[in-house]
Amino acid sequence: MFKIEAIIQPFKLDGVMEALKAAGIDGITVLEVRGHGRQKGHKEVYRGREYNVDLLPKVMLQMVVPAGRKEEVIRTLSEAARTGAIGDGKIFVSEIAEAIRIRNDERGEAAL
Amino acid sequence: MAALKAAVKSSQSAGDNAWMLISSALVLMMTGPGLALFYCGLVRKRNVLGTMMQSFGMMAVVTLLWAVCGYSLVFGGGNPFIGDLRFLFLHGVGADPNPTYAPTIPHQTFMVYQMMFAIITPALIAGAFAERVRFNAMLIFSVLWMFLVYFPIAHMVWGEGGFLNAYSGGRFPVFDFAGGTVVHISSGFSALVTALYIGKRQNYPHEKMAPHNLVLSFIGACLLWVGWFGFNAGSALAASSLATSAFVATHFASAAGAVSWMVAERIRNGKASALGAISGAVAGLATVTQGAGFVQPFSAILIGLVAGATCFLMVSVVKEKFHYDDSLDVFGVHGVGGLMGCILTGVFATRAVNSALKLANGQAAPLGWIDGNPMQVVNQLIGAGIGIGLGVVGTLVALKVTSLFTPLRISEREEDAGMDLTLHGEEGYNFEA
Repeated sequence: MFKIEAIIQPFKLDGVMEALKAAGIDGITVLEVRGHGRQKGHKEVYRGREYNVDLLPKVMLQMVVPAGRKEEVIRTLSEAARTGAIGDGKIFVSEIAEAIRIRNDERGEAAL
Repeated sequence: MAALKAAVKSSQSAGDNAWMLISSALVLMMTGPGLALFYCGLVRKRNVLGTMMQSFGMMAVVTLLWAVCGYSLVFGGGNPFIGDLRFLFLHGVGADPNPTYAPTIPHQTFMVYQMMFAIITPALIAGAFAERVRFNAMLIFSVLWMFLVYFPIAHMVWGEGGFLNAYSGGRFPVFDFAGGTVVHISSGFSALVTALYIGKRQNYPHEKMAPHNLVLSFIGACLLWVGWFGFNAGSALAASSLATSAFVATHFASAAGAVSWMVAERIRNGKASALGAISGAVAGLATVTQGAGFVQPFSAILIGLVAGATCFLMVSVVKEKFHYDDSLDVFGVHGVGGLMGCILTGVFATRAVNSALKLANGQAAPLGWIDGNPMQVVNQLIGAGIGIGLGVVGTLVALKVTSLFTPLRISEREEDAGMDLTLHGEEGYNFEA
């Protein structure tokens, strides 16, 4: 099992969700987050006072998938979230030791 | 014939009373939710309720103060500087009109209308010391300030026999239709004193203190704009053509203020912002308040244009230069706007709009400079000077006395945690709920 975390542009969320659904991936958690990579922040001005905003609004998707579907999910995510511009985001993949379904204590890939 | 006359008089009274009751409600709406929303959107999340409570606190506390003695100290005859106690506990304030002030509406309507002005004035000041003052200190200070500043200046300008009352034989006749001096100069300059005396928010100006929700501020500013029709047009104290004229002047100045601030901001910062547009509208409204019932529509537009650009420069250039933390720009908008409006009323007031002031021969008296009475500008300056002086001294005394009872500021830790949690035991935005 692998955990796939994708940090993407907020306006790409709808497209990414549709692509995942079309690929038959279910089970996802979405978080509103703030952060930055190499992308620079922007300037905001309130009554003449300038603020440099470094932490930009992003959306983070978390899903845990069976080993066999890892590459497919990564490809789907990265194609659907790409604009080609800086700030498109990143995907992180990590191995998951165990998964438990709370309702009935199923374990492993059966719990996904 | 006599019956017909009585019927006409009674229907005029009914119309005037309806308009004045609506105006009273409109002016209350300016404080809550108008000003409360405008201010709370400009502070950080953790102070949203504390900021709203300052406005709401005035709705509650000043109302009681007004009933007990405030109304009497402003509108009781008394001496030129303060009213007497003839209306203590609203004694004699009932259904019969008070011909001195408003002959066609119940005295009680006049009393409740004027109360709404008394409520919003100290609520305005609170913006200057936002995010750092204890609730009890704010309440004590505001009550003292009402006695030391508001009751005297309101009596001088509007009360029977007042020192500055143009219609009651005042020594220096000042034209203040709806409170440019009484409300905006007095609160604006007092606000600057509080900001300097209480000091900056910790880490100001290094730490980012951007508004947490401009949507709330936007709604608040639009409610202020609408409520201001009650404030200015209602100050005609009748559903008259003068009320219409003040209504038009108010609206035009607000629009001109918004345009002017946006243009100034576009030139200086490259963008016209939402906060700039609504601040410009409020600046236009504050500035036209003094002259609303004295000036013609295009004078009002000019007043609004001057207000928007000047107030923009005050808050974005002058404030930055002097590093004082007038957090929500009460001085920059209300103090400076009020002062400009006071002077410009001396320039643009005309008997073509308001012929209530009569010469000995019964003809309408010339009012401002454009009417051939340039000396009125001097009278207006004297009025503004008294308002400023009283505001500065009264505020210093009120702050000093308040600090004998309670610390003015919350502690640094409390400032970090926010007023909502430390002063009120609540949060505006509950994560778990």
